[in-house]
Amino acid sequence: MVRGPLSVSLDSITVRRNGKLVLGPLDLDMETGGIIIVLGPNGAGKTTFLKVLHGVERISDGEMHWSVSNVQAREEQAYVFQSPIVLRRSVGQNLAYPLKLIGTVKSEISMRVRLWARKIGLEDALELPATRLSGGEKQKLAIGRALIRMPKVLFLDEPCANLDGRSIREIEALLREARLAGTCIIMATHDLGQAKRLADSVLFFLGGRLHEQGPASAFFNIPSTSEAQSFLNGDIIE
Amino acid sequence: MIRTFFIVSLVVLLISKASADPQTLRLATTTSFNNSGLSDVLLPAIKLDIGIDVQLLVVGTGQALRLGQAGDVDAILVHSKEAEDVFISEGFGTHRREIMYNDFVLVGPSSDPANIKGALRASEALVRIALSQSAFISRGDDSGTHKKELALWTVAGLRPNNFGNWYKAVGASMGSSLNSASGLDAYIMADRASWLKFKNKGSLALLFSGDAVLFNQYSYIPVNPEKHSHINADAADLLEKWLLSNRAKTFINSYKINDQALFIFNGSL
Amino acid sequence: MNEIFAGLQEAFRLIFTFDSDLIEITLRSLQVSVTALLIASALALPLGTWLAIRRFRYRRFAIVVLNALMGLPPVVVGLMVYLLFSRSGPFGVMGLLFTPTAMIIAQVIIITPLIASITHQAMRELWSEYHDLLISLNTTSLQRITALIWDGRRTLMTASLAGFGRGIGEVGAIMIVGGNIDHVTRVLTTAIALETGKGDFALALSLGFVLIALTLLVNFVIHALSRTERNSTW
Repeated sequence: MVRGPLSVSLDSITVRRNGKLVLGPLDLDMETGGIIIVLGPNGAGKTTFLKVLHGVERISDGEMHWSVSNVQAREEQAYVFQSPIVLRRSVGQNLAYPLKLIGTVKSEISMRVRLWARKIGLEDALELPATRLSGGEKQKLAIGRALIRMPKVLFLDEPCANLDGRSIREIEALLREARLAGTCIIMATHDLGQAKRLADSVLFFLGGRLHEQGPASAFFNIPSTSEAQSFLNGDIIE
Repeated sequence: MIRTFFIVSLVVLLISKASADPQTLRLATTTSFNNSGLSDVLLPAIKLDIGIDVQLLVVGTGQALRLGQAGDVDAILVHSKEAEDVFISEGFGTHRREIMYNDFVLVGPSSDPANIKGALRASEALVRIALSQSAFISRGDDSGTHKKELALWTVAGLRPNNFGNWYKAVGASMGSSLNSASGLDAYIMADRASWLKFKNKGSLALLFSGDAVLFNQYSYIPVNPEKHSHINADAADLLEKWLLSNRAKTFINSYKINDQALFIFNGSL
Repeated sequence: MNEIFAGLQEAFRLIFTFDSDLIEITLRSLQVSVTALLIASALALPLGTWLAIRRFRYRRFAIVVLNALMGLPPVVVGLMVYLLFSRSGPFGVMGLLFTPTAMIIAQVIIITPLIASITHQAMRELWSEYHDLLISLNTTSLQRITALIWDGRRTLMTASLAGFGRGIGEVGAIMIVGGNIDHVTRVLTTAIALETGKGDFALALSLGFVLIALTLLVNFVIHALSRTERNSTW
């Protein structure tokens, strides 16, 4: 376990796919903490940004350095995908999997699985095949599974994209709780309302570039750029 | 619980011994010999009398000789003198011991379109088949039987290479060839034993036999231990002596199918 | 038609009188093919899975070769195994020719590509599903292969059973390397070939029906053991 919050610095990062520039050039120094919302319209490069930070996207140019080694950094991170990925096993086995990977003892696994199953409201569904859950339940399972190792950073890529109001509320509650427990939430969304509800700080992306960053209240009330203002007004921008 | 039981019994089933007993002998012999059923009588007697487990490999003559050459068997029992002589002259076998003979017969559709029933000699019968261009099945597999058939055509002054479509070389064992003959209502030369035991005769019938030229000699050849040191030469020797014994003689001469004797013992030391 | 009924009748008679020859060759068929199946699966399942998750230069080529090997004519495999294990061959000293072991070896060679190919196909699909998650969790190759094989076990079982079917129904290769020796290497398929060659179609058919029944039985047992259709957890 690494002590203290992680910080990361990105130096002139670019990501190209099929010759097309998807993200960058990007320069950023960031300390992880609180709920950081990565905001922007579709195609702005939010997902790519998250993946770069998580170390699962190939960087075409530039360098990324975490305060610990990049590999160690990933061990302290977890990622929840836009479309929830569940293992073809029971709910309980899904939750247990990340703990099994690192060799946690059975009794500890059992306890933590029960704890988190309760937190995500699936304590009665432990034996149920995860594939039979509803979309919202699957996403909660993915979050529970991501948090069960108590990572320092939790990335979420538009986790509430197709969910109903109740699921969204439940998930946001989980995220707030995680933040209180010390996990930094870095979440991509294009849902303004959600961003306003959750954000401690904001990174605003547009066309693959970081347009603005700063504390939430500052960004929402007095955005620096006109594009940010247009976005906040609800205009379609690219 | 039941699962464990199943899995355990499955594992137990699978444990096998693949190694051979010390007193086993691998003998390669031909399909025509095996089809007679004589081996089913001899093998248990051999086990009883001299304690040898004879593992019989029933293959074509050519393959039997090949196995002997490679040292994959300890002895062979075949019926193709020319090939046997070559085998021994090339040093693969120690010597050739005649054991018994049976005869070949000509079998064909009971309507006998080539009218071979009336022939006096085997060569005449074959000529009649060729002239009438009646369907004829040849083993075509370089076996003892096949070589005998080819020799007969030569005696009759004919060359199979020049034959038309009526002559069909199937490249198969005696039984398979008989199946083909039965299916096509064709003539075929078979050893008497295979014919008598054959269960799919259809409309085929035995039409010609008795010519001395159809004589079919079986010989026993031990594989040369000097070429292959692992050969069970002692067992091969014991078996040879048994095959020449009075007991073997009795078995062989009294073996009958449908009250017909098949083999005549003619072995001597 | 008569022969088919005669065959069925004979099959029942042999089974219900516990004919000792039948029991012997049936057990041997099972012994050879189940052993071959276990060995082939142990080779093919990890191989197929590994191929599905690993990216390397000649991967496409390897997959094409693997699929092509499925079409290996069994009798040719038999011939090559014979030449390898013949006393005059490189492995002759092992004395494996004309034993059930040689038959197992030949069958393993024949069915491994089949099982590996089906496995690869199934695992590719599952891998595309799990890919992002397993990478995010920092899993090792071994952990990935284990997770895929475990979660995909139902499909892999089908792959294995396909291999089993191919093995137990094979006759050409095991005839050559086994020799069809009575009480030593005779199995159901070689016995069927033998009886057919003798023109005894009723007996051959009866053995054929026993073989079919055996294959069905093995399939049922495997599915029951893994409780596939009831309470499936996928």
